[in-house]
Amino acid sequence: MAAGAVALEGVTIAYPNGYEAVTAADLVVGEGEFVSLVGPTGCGKSTLLNAAAGLIAPAAGAVRIFGAPLAGLNRQAGYLFQQDALMPWKNAADNVAIGLEAAGVLRKEALERAHVWLTKVGLKSFGDRYPHQLSGGQKKRVAMAQMLIRDPKILLMDEPFGPLDAQTRQIMGNLLLDLWAADKKALIFVTHDLEEAIALSDRVVIMSSGPKARIIGDHRIDLPRPRNALDIRLDPHFHEIQQKIWAQLREEVIKAYGDAA
Amino acid sequence: MIARPKLIAMQILVAFTLVGIWYVGSSVPIFGTYFFFFFFFSTPQDVFWRIVKMFSGTTIWRHIGITLTETMLAFVIGSIAGVVFGFWFARKPLVAAVFDPYLKMANALPRVVLAPIFMLWLGLGIWSKVALGVTLVFFIVFFNVYQGVKEVSPVVLANARMLGLNERQLFRHVYWPSALSWMFSSLHTSVGFALVGAVVGEYLGAAAGLGYLIHEAEGVFDVTGVFAGMAILAAFVLVVDAVVTQIEKALLVWRPEATQKG
Repeated sequence: MAAGAVALEGVTIAYPNGYEAVTAADLVVGEGEFVSLVGPTGCGKSTLLNAAAGLIAPAAGAVRIFGAPLAGLNRQAGYLFQQDALMPWKNAADNVAIGLEAAGVLRKEALERAHVWLTKVGLKSFGDRYPHQLSGGQKKRVAMAQMLIRDPKILLMDEPFGPLDAQTRQIMGNLLLDLWAADKKALIFVTHDLEEAIALSDRVVIMSSGPKARIIGDHRIDLPRPRNALDIRLDPHFHEIQQKIWAQLREEVIKAYGDAA
Repeated sequence: MIARPKLIAMQILVAFTLVGIWYVGSSVPIFGTYFFFFFFFSTPQDVFWRIVKMFSGTTIWRHIGITLTETMLAFVIGSIAGVVFGFWFARKPLVAAVFDPYLKMANALPRVVLAPIFMLWLGLGIWSKVALGVTLVFFIVFFNVYQGVKEVSPVVLANARMLGLNERQLFRHVYWPSALSWMFSSLHTSVGFALVGAVVGEYLGAAAGLGYLIHEAEGVFDVTGVFAGMAILAAFVLVVDAVVTQIEKALLVWRPEATQKG
């Protein structure tokens, strides 16, 4: 447990052109822990997530997955992208089944299990729809099923509900909480929406504005579980936490906008 | 949007008007002369009866069959070559960079000038026509597949990698469908060019096929025969195009455009 599911140790990420996105980030996410990464636009929170996924290699420091140093892609992680990442030429069921098929599960069995997962995300009769026939929220549901069917030990999410409208976001938040609670996994959730982060997570980690972004705050959210992502926002304690964290985040947001302007 | 029956009625009206002008000009004397001289324009009724006569025999089917065979062979061979090279070049940027100027040169060359060379090399049979069609089809398919592989969405690719797909599986589930969709979007063009290659090849030197038929009629100033051949060729093209549309619809169900059309 001490090592945690994901451990970032002094991770610095620099691009070949010399731009240093993140500097010396330390973060440990325990097994079964839901951690949100919040920061102003362009602070490198997605970059840090990609380092945990093994999609980019840090310039300095190390990424450890269950104690073992990560080299190449993180095979134990599932990743939920902000953009549409479904294969447009496969229908929903085939999209969900692909992860199992890649692992050598027979197609028939993979499809049966895909239908179970589609049911879990509320898309029971949508298996034969192609991505372009689904709404934004439905596509996210398929993407969630696609990720979870492989039963990854670690879940990484990069502003997954960013493109959705406010109501759909909250419904998706609840769905995510249900799925996560059913089988607790380590989860890193990147968002710029503080309310969403507080409503969902066990811990909210704040990053400073980039470049050379650092982790500047780590807040434990002691709201009771199980939670309802919609109702929890009305809780007075929710507002206390929000105000406390916002005081810290506010400065960084202003800094980020000041630099941009 | 115009209602379908009305649209068809208007389309038929256009045909009637054009054929009507042709008929009046060539068959009804106005002030004692024909506007369209028979020697140059023939008449619609003559062309019609010629077509009927052609189809009452069996040789016409042989000509159509040969043109169809050449078209299909040119399409299949050109497509396979285009897919293979398109993939190879897209995955190996060095190869693409080295061959780039030569490809541009070859593509810019009007392919008709190659026809005599192919006849010399491959004789007057079907293969010289197939070769001409292949040079046309190859570049269309090649450029489309190249584009398709290059423009695979990086997010879809990253997602597939995170889902555990290895290189071989990425090829099968990501690169291949993406390239195919680009290829099929150019299906009409490439089948059309395969046909152009076949007919032009026949026209320049052959003993059979629709192009040969037209050329032969032209050689003896048989304008009726030329028009009859052209009409048969046009009908043939329409049939081929309709078949391609059906194939396209079946293969690209996942595409928004394809389903909206249907």
